[in-house]
Amino acid sequence: MTASDPARAIDAIWRIESAKLIAALTRMVRDIGLAEELAHDALVTALEQWPRSGIPDAPGAWLMATAKNRALDVLRRGQRLEGKHEQLRHQMEARQMSPKDLDAAIDENVGDDLLRLMLIACHPILSREGRVALTLRLLGGLTGEEIARAFLVPEPTIAQRIIRAKRTLAEERVPFEVPRRAALAERLSSVLEVIYLVFNEGYSATAGEDWIRPGLCEDALRLGRILAELVPNEAEVRGLVALMEIQASRLRARTGPSGEPILLLDQNRARWDQLLIRRGLAALERAEAMGAEHGPYLLQAAIAACHARARTAEETDWSRIVSLYDKLARVAPSPIVELNRAVAISMASGPAAGLQAVDALASDPVLENYHLLPSVRGDLLYKLGRFVEAREEFERAASMTRNVRERALLLERAASCAR
Amino acid sequence: MRVMVIVKANKDSEAGSLPNEKVLADMQKFNEELVKAGVMLAGEGLHPSSRGKRVKFTGGKRTVIDGPFTETKELIAGFWLWQVKSMEEAIEWLARSPFGRGAAGMGDDAVLEIRPVHETDDFAESDPSGKLRQKWDELRQTVQSQRSRS
Repeated sequence: MTASDPARAIDAIWRIESAKLIAALTRMVRDIGLAEELAHDALVTALEQWPRSGIPDAPGAWLMATAKNRALDVLRRGQRLEGKHEQLRHQMEARQMSPKDLDAAIDENVGDDLLRLMLIACHPILSREGRVALTLRLLGGLTGEEIARAFLVPEPTIAQRIIRAKRTLAEERVPFEVPRRAALAERLSSVLEVIYLVFNEGYSATAGEDWIRPGLCEDALRLGRILAELVPNEAEVRGLVALMEIQASRLRARTGPSGEPILLLDQNRARWDQLLIRRGLAALERAEAMGAEHGPYLLQAAIAACHARARTAEETDWSRIVSLYDKLARVAPSPIVELNRAVAISMASGPAAGLQAVDALASDPVLENYHLLPSVRGDLLYKLGRFVEAREEFERAASMTRNVRERALLLERAASCAR
Repeated sequence: MRVMVIVKANKDSEAGSLPNEKVLADMQKFNEELVKAGVMLAGEGLHPSSRGKRVKFTGGKRTVIDGPFTETKELIAGFWLWQVKSMEEAIEWLARSPFGRGAAGMGDDAVLEIRPVHETDDFAESDPSGKLRQKWDELRQTVQSQRSRS
């Protein structure tokens, strides 16, 4: 007796197989939109047939064979890809194979196909939002509704972003390929950016009621782990995975009983997930052993590791963190990195030194609307006993954040300045 | 969600006979597949219960019993920790395992159990103040720091 509902089983199969399926189909039909349609049609057929016939032994190969047949139908009717379809049809018919052979053939190419799919979904010609939506849809196996819920935007907006992204890729005839060395590194950095963006939206939501949405962190981690296996020798990819593993280890400790945020140094470290910390430290070690010049993700992972290794907040090696921020500021200069560096300086050398570093940033236009600048400044002023100024800064920070939980925390700190 | 996939012991695993090369290679391939899909967090195989010990408490009195233990079907031979979206996904992954493919020496007599791992928050209902959870967490950290010191 099987206790599972077939629709839920098919849903799970889709999660496991859809990216591989769409990737292989894109290689065949050279059109990401058509590939997704074909894969989806195969899924619909499965939903009709499997509840009656039972789930086949090799469901991935079944879906692939079904989608391929459907592709041939479409091509025969000449609905798509005028001019090229005759040639394509011959190619595909020549590759007619039994489901078992097909399974093996997919497995052989699956790595390259998945990598190509990730690269194209995160192509720099697409808008950042388009890249995120397309990646979660095609590689994360999320529905439009799930993506919409995760990013708190209406579902039609997500659908539009996906349609627009696919159209751009088709119009610009973006090739489905893995580019060579230098170009690959650049394209990979776009993929990393998308994955980390998804992770961060889960880790500290920029808007809405909840401060964290662990589901998005899990999706991002999974994408990162997949990518790290596709390109095992890229230090930055492994570095990002290390960074996400270590940050995710703190998810349980980052919120209090009523969902309010708890800052790193106030967290109960006993709640940190030791399994994820071990995985993160191992990934970091592998990345560092690759010997390349340390990039921004690897350096951020190294910083996160300093916190992960400290059993209590007091044991944190702040001078090492300052030196890692120095390196980070060199390879990826940004006022936000400088702000974090200032915080580290205040921890290593006292709030006065930190405040000096923060004040050097005050005129930076990038930080003008960044709530963490007044928030950090407020914290340092507070530690220096300058409560009136501190209060002003906390209130300013509260008026700048869009996250409800964070605003409450900042207002609480403002109130604590009144003495 | 995180699940523990428990591989139950059988005659062979309890006899301590190592799987043949083919089975080992299949298992290796499956583990690689899990890693590539970002699903596998950890996994270990266990020695037979003849090398294990059982510690029993009766009214606070401790008894240590040496293995092997007799109820083979209740014993475990190994486990995985997986990160999946649902129980169904874990079931589907098992269908792709050497067990599901009926590899010789594995498919004939295999029982696996999938159990969702408790998140600390699951205890919220029986521990409204959060004090017990905090104690539990502190204890866990002590254990952890002892482990990393040794």
